[in-house]
Amino acid sequence: MLTIEDLKQVLRQCGVDESVDLDADILDVEMAELGYDSLAVLEILARLQQRSGTVIPEDAVADLVTPRLLLDYVNYLIGVA
Amino acid sequence: MTAPVVTGIGVVAPNGVGTEKFWSNVLSGQTGLGPVTGFEADGYPVRQVGEVPDEFGEEIPNRLGVQTDRWTQLAMTATVEALRDAGIDPAGPLPFDEYDIAVITASSSGGNEFGQREISQLWSEGPERVTVYQSIAWFYAATTGQLSIRHKMRGPCGVVVGEQAGGLDALAQSRRMLRTGTKAVVTGGTEAPLSPYALVCQGASGLFTDGDYLPFDTGASGYVPGEGGAILMLEDGTRDTSTVYGTMAGYAATFDPRPGSGRPIGLLRAAIGALKDADIDASEVDVVFADGCGIPSRDAEEAKVLTELFGPRGVPVTVPKTMTGRLAAGGAPLDVACALLAMRDGVIPPTVGVRNPLPDLDLVTEARPVPVRTALVLARGFGGFNSALVLRN
Repeated sequence: MLTIEDLKQVLRQCGVDESVDLDADILDVEMAELGYDSLAVLEILARLQQRSGTVIPEDAVADLVTPRLLLDYVNYLIGVA
Repeated sequence: MTAPVVTGIGVVAPNGVGTEKFWSNVLSGQTGLGPVTGFEADGYPVRQVGEVPDEFGEEIPNRLGVQTDRWTQLAMTATVEALRDAGIDPAGPLPFDEYDIAVITASSSGGNEFGQREISQLWSEGPERVTVYQSIAWFYAATTGQLSIRHKMRGPCGVVVGEQAGGLDALAQSRRMLRTGTKAVVTGGTEAPLSPYALVCQGASGLFTDGDYLPFDTGASGYVPGEGGAILMLEDGTRDTSTVYGTMAGYAATFDPRPGSGRPIGLLRAAIGALKDADIDASEVDVVFADGCGIPSRDAEEAKVLTELFGPRGVPVTVPKTMTGRLAAGGAPLDVACALLAMRDGVIPPTVGVRNPLPDLDLVTEARPVPVRTALVLARGFGGFNSALVLRN
């Protein structure tokens, strides 16, 4: 299963906004607030899919607006949530 | 409106990052040319290049770093310097309504290194391993777009593609926008064409020298490619600024006839057109920043144009590109920066390395102290583009 630490690793690869502290509790902070626009979210999802071996359907993307929702959904796809 | 004024300069060049460092190196003849260090270049058709030293990009947030090519990052660094030089805080707020300031840059090959990396991902790992940022990082307008977003400059933005001439055409497009009410334009251009892929594309022409870059020398044998360029702050002249380097007094562009047509190249018409646009006579020009391609046939063409316009040895001619290589879209903006600094300091920068200049030219081979009030900058782009720009102070 994917953990928040896995996600944070991906976020660091995609770049972190100077005003954001990834070590804080970010589980329920919206991706936009973390400095990730829609294109950045696509990049993050692509990397998560590679790590998890899953395929996230396009119509699910719009609802995955926080790290918790993202992780829960990917873990559901993996079948371990 | 009055002629546009240049109020800020930012430079990223092989022989200096930062305007003053670059300029003092140029005046002392310090070259930025050397062997390729970015990758193992044995077997590539290039012996020397002009690489920008790793002294740029520190201020670029890593969020932007992952989604931009080197050429965009070069422009980001130069833009911060140009804004500061114009008395503007790059972090904002800008002294303009955000729709009154535009970004118009030149680019002639886009995001080479980024694109090569992603193509390599595509063919070795598969399409799912290509970053989504490929969609916005490689294309010609990426630099303009990133600068516009970063500094909230939302006027009529654009990009001009015309190889070496494009760097002057960007200033011309900026002037058009100033004439329609825009108050300021961040303009000029950069290029980063030294990745393996980019060098192979250019090298196919066979025009790289395997010796030295010696424009207008009887031993000229081709040119050296380089990266970098300059970003200029061009304004309508209504803002109260501490510095005005000079005015963009005239400009013209022409296109060459079909090769083999027997008709003359368009460079003379471009130069005459720019002088006419500036409403001055050729005798008023104090220095010409020549295109100086370093290819004997093109040098001969340009030398003929200069003697027809000014008479034999009729005007000082210089090619500071001999210290940077040819920067494609970044070359002419860097020449414009040199011309403005030459006016400021009363000194013509040298053309280095040339020992046997064509006899009809007064080629400046050592820094020459002389008042400079009017400069003509020429740029010829592969494919037939000719542009000429007159600067005055």
